[in-house]
Amino acid sequence: MSQSKSASILDSRILIPAVGGAFTKLNPRTLAKNPVMFVVAVVSVLTTILFLRDLASGNGNLGFSFQINLWLWFTVLFANFAEAVAEGRGKAQADSLRKTRTETQAKLLTGNDRTAYKMVPGTSLKVNDVVIVEAGDIIPSDGEVIEGVASVNEAAITGESAPVIRESGGDRSAVTGGTQVLSDWIRVRITAAAGSTFIDRMIALVEGAERQKTPNEIALNILLAGMTLIFVLATATIPSFASYAGGSIPIIVLVALFVTLIPTTIGALLSAIGIAGMDRLVRFNVLAMSGRAVEAAGDVDTLLLDKTGTITLGNRQATEFKPVRGVTAQELADAAQLASLADETPEGRSVVVLAKEKYAIRARDMASLQATFIPFTAQTRMSGVDIDGSQIRKGAVDAVLAYVGSGPLQVSGNTAIAVSPENETVRELRGIAEEIAKAGGTPLAVARDGKLLGVIQLKDIVKGGIRERFAELRRMGIRTVMITGDNPMTAAAIAAEAGVDDFLAQATPEMKLALIREEQAKGKLVAMCGDGTNDAPALAQSDVGVAMNTGTVAAREAGNMVDLDSDPTKLIEIVEIGKQLLMTRGALTTFSIANDIAKYFAIIPAMFLAFYPQLGVLNIMGLATPQSAILSAIIFNALIIIALIPLSLKGVKYRAIGAGALLSRNLLVYGLGGIIVPFIGIKAIDMVITAIGLA
Amino acid sequence: MTLNGWLQILVFCGVLIMLVKPLGAYITRVFSGERTLLSPVLVPVERGLYALAGTSEREEQHWTSYAFSLLMFNLLGTLVLYGLLRFQDMLPMNPAGMAAVGPELSFNTATSFVANTNWQSYGGESTMSYLSQMMGLAVQNFVSAATGMAIAIGLIRAFSRASGKALGNFWVDMTRAVLYVLLPICVVLTLVYVWLGVPQTFGPYVEATTLEGAKQTIALGPVASQLAIKMLGTNGGGFFNANSAHPFENPDNISNMIQMLSIFAIGAAFTNVFGRMVGNQRQGWAILSAMFILFIAGVAVVYWAEAAGNPIMHQLGLAGGNMEGKEVRFGVVMSSLFAVITTAASCGAVNAMHGSFTALGGLIPIINMQLGEVIVGGVGAGFYGIVMFIIVAVFVAGLMVGRTPEYLGKKIEAKEMKMALLAVLCLPLAMLVFAAIATVLPSAVASIGTAGPHGFSEILYAYTSAAANNGSAFGGLTGNTPWYNVTLGIAMLMGRFLVIIPALAIAGSLVAKKTVPASAGTFPTDGGLFVGLLVGTILIVGGLTFMPALALGPVVEHLVMIAGQTF
Repeated sequence: MSQSKSASILDSRILIPAVGGAFTKLNPRTLAKNPVMFVVAVVSVLTTILFLRDLASGNGNLGFSFQINLWLWFTVLFANFAEAVAEGRGKAQADSLRKTRTETQAKLLTGNDRTAYKMVPGTSLKVNDVVIVEAGDIIPSDGEVIEGVASVNEAAITGESAPVIRESGGDRSAVTGGTQVLSDWIRVRITAAAGSTFIDRMIALVEGAERQKTPNEIALNILLAGMTLIFVLATATIPSFASYAGGSIPIIVLVALFVTLIPTTIGALLSAIGIAGMDRLVRFNVLAMSGRAVEAAGDVDTLLLDKTGTITLGNRQATEFKPVRGVTAQELADAAQLASLADETPEGRSVVVLAKEKYAIRARDMASLQATFIPFTAQTRMSGVDIDGSQIRKGAVDAVLAYVGSGPLQVSGNTAIAVSPENETVRELRGIAEEIAKAGGTPLAVARDGKLLGVIQLKDIVKGGIRERFAELRRMGIRTVMITGDNPMTAAAIAAEAGVDDFLAQATPEMKLALIREEQAKGKLVAMCGDGTNDAPALAQSDVGVAMNTGTVAAREAGNMVDLDSDPTKLIEIVEIGKQLLMTRGALTTFSIANDIAKYFAIIPAMFLAFYPQLGVLNIMGLATPQSAILSAIIFNALIIIALIPLSLKGVKYRAIGAGALLSRNLLVYGLGGIIVPFIGIKAIDMVITAIGLA
Repeated sequence: MTLNGWLQILVFCGVLIMLVKPLGAYITRVFSGERTLLSPVLVPVERGLYALAGTSEREEQHWTSYAFSLLMFNLLGTLVLYGLLRFQDMLPMNPAGMAAVGPELSFNTATSFVANTNWQSYGGESTMSYLSQMMGLAVQNFVSAATGMAIAIGLIRAFSRASGKALGNFWVDMTRAVLYVLLPICVVLTLVYVWLGVPQTFGPYVEATTLEGAKQTIALGPVASQLAIKMLGTNGGGFFNANSAHPFENPDNISNMIQMLSIFAIGAAFTNVFGRMVGNQRQGWAILSAMFILFIAGVAVVYWAEAAGNPIMHQLGLAGGNMEGKEVRFGVVMSSLFAVITTAASCGAVNAMHGSFTALGGLIPIINMQLGEVIVGGVGAGFYGIVMFIIVAVFVAGLMVGRTPEYLGKKIEAKEMKMALLAVLCLPLAMLVFAAIATVLPSAVASIGTAGPHGFSEILYAYTSAAANNGSAFGGLTGNTPWYNVTLGIAMLMGRFLVIIPALAIAGSLVAKKTVPASAGTFPTDGGLFVGLLVGTILIVGGLTFMPALALGPVVEHLVMIAGQTF
């Protein structure tokens, strides 16, 4: 994993271009996408015109209205700046991606022979063209390996320098344009035309160029637009109420009240929050194909997780030696270790490790022992070693029993051969094996010279800390379902050990799909990850489908996220990032609306003081003058945008403490805080601008 | 304030809360089509009516046809009532020989009663014939209340149905509301009121000779029956001009207590109906708790302000609370409580003159109405009103638990948001915009009774009351002018139908959504946290809009009063 790409929020490489971006985003067409800020820009233009008119005629309080105008424009610019900073972080990443998209030459095959090719520019390739890529070549475009096997450096997209294997058939057949073949050769069928390759999509995504408003963002924008309209009514009716009371209110003051009341804080930061959410995923090396998928991740109710690699370590490991009566564990361990010395499978190595750790049996050199290794075959289903005239075998229980002459299948003609005299031992061994199977393990029987010694217990090792993760998910309200090809008994044992809520044993792709449909019919949102082509339908059906980058093209197309690290446990982080995104939006909206109370207390007494001096008692903050009060409110309103940019980029931290506790915590911080903070902030600004004589 | 006063308030709350469950259970059974005590008598009547109307309870409607039926029914009701008023001089049952009602006043009155507002620009005993009162106004008192219940039931079904398309049948819901809920309770209440001394007669007005030898006409009529539905249906239109301050319309403290209870009874019970239908009564109690927090706070302020009285009077040696405009038989407590109840629910009946309250005592009724009368609220209307605020509240806060917003398993998305905001927006639109025009229109300003901020409050109160479908008035203002009759009529229609249509649209959208099962990650909406959140949302989203207007009206009036000046 390479999560070290994170740029600091205060990185000047991002901040300086963002200042320029804040101005280019003043383009009305860009502004129009954000209703609240568009309204602010429109009234800013209006008041600027009024200011220029007054400047020409020399009327009015020019110093005051100049400052209000200035801060109105700052409000718009700060909002643009926030968005530009958020985009800037993605841009930095896009630039490094773009470097990999350099012009490549492709070897387009012209015949069946792999030497018959012509050189063409990579951009001229069409879908279904077949190219040959040899050691040292850059893969010209996305494709599928149809022949050959090669090691490929995919650092360009994953940041991981260790090469990966790509081969035809199976689940590791997808190759990405821009990555480099290090050894051997592969024949690749192109699956993406120039401009629509994976890297192109990545660049567009991290740059935010393809960013579309997500459903929740649209709904929130409606709320903000509605609130803006409500405050249009509240402020536009004031002049006639005031004229009834025999007073008049300058337009600049009404505008100041209006702009401070409408939800500018969240309006300014909304798109930055969305971009930052995508960006957080990118930092996790996960690419979301749409913002909708990120939102859906926050809503996930059911998580389908593959057992192998996600819940358990990839391979079974020896955890115990269980001898039959009359044999010591030491003897069994010794025999098992000898039988496994030359066994290069992970299971074999784990036997050696266990023997060493538990019984201090050191590794011995096969050659010096003059031992012959008997490899595993599908026929014998055993492996072992012949040493000093003695034969040691380990393997599936049935196979070993057959080997020692006690198996059930020793049938010749019509007569079953009498069960061996070791009847008692056989029964005992079978008992041990059954127990192991029941506990979710796999038994391997060991025999020396036709004599049964005992059983090695192989077990799936549940990943450290995974149980706690599942408990955390449960507190989030998410149900976890383990998917495994194991039989139900083994599956149940592992499920219990790992602490998942449910499991699907002997799962087929069809069963997986059916399970997703069933959950969805109950109104639940389902997330899963997968890599194989047979996972594609389930990935497409699920609400959040994370395809592994190592997976097939079909799987990548079907999912709505791609995990570049191919680490299935990341689903949990993806869910958290989705929740964080939604929480940040809610927190800043609440904060923004709660701010209005203090702003009223600042502006209303100031606005009406001329004709109702009694309203001065509402000036509970004790602001110096009506002008300083109005100015302080609008300055606070602009500065709070800048102050909250880091929060909107980092996001509000998600805690799995249950919805009720989480909500009361956030309501306290952002609701109550949103009421109190502006009282303090406006008072402080008032003191400063009064001290330096701005108002 | 006295302990005795608070005890009376406590008794009211206690009895009301005891009514919630049984009434809620009964209403739930009625609208679910289950058997009730009255079924043996009423089922044949109900079947007959459906046969006559050519509908059946099995014919369920999509929200658009539900809304269309409702609008057509109300349009027809408006036209019939308008006709009755315009031609009442030629129609029977007019012993007092009342003249035909003018066109603007007829428009105002017809929309007023259809919209469950009962703003009265007329004096009942000096304008309306018995036929107009009973066939016109009383009929609308029943059906406008039933309309409110039908909408609320439609909206409740949207939450309680796991997924579907239809909201129910408007005609069936309407019929059941009148037949099973309003009529039987009104029959009982009428008898009780008669027993307490309220007149119920078709005889002519009585001529009396006073002790001084002067002639006095004593207005009578079928008062008790009108009174029963006026309160129970949160209509509020008085038989007499003095409304429930009139001794014939509210003889004593017992009738007063019964009237207050009947204003709140159905509205409060609807929260329980909701809880029952969605399968968790706590959901209903949570909503009622939010309503009650706002209610008790309002009562406390009004009672405190009225009991404290006017410092200027105190300086003149007149100690005690503010008794101006109050009936001695009710006193400060029962007048304050009544004022809060009638404005919290969209009733609008009064037993004291709100315009004579102290500035702060008058502020609370205005705020109650500006919040959209969601504090218990009108029959059915209070419930669908508060659902609009719930949608806004769960949308903003729901995000803070890290899920897209949902309420009772139904996702709140762009469409619901749009409709809820439309409903929330139409109130300030009608209240503030009309008030803003009226305050600069010399002919409209001429109608006010008092100068200064109090006069402003009179105008603000009128449009607030109309748009909120309340119907009470802030004395002083002469409302029976073409300008006010027409604009108030429009405000009433906006406040009624621009909330009803979005509410039904939301119901239509939600009923089609699959219910997402609740989990540990779902924001619980049946606890104290939700109650607090809802109260905060109502105050901030509903209230902030009106801060400038309130500052220029009651708030400044209060501050000026402390400084020693009244209007």
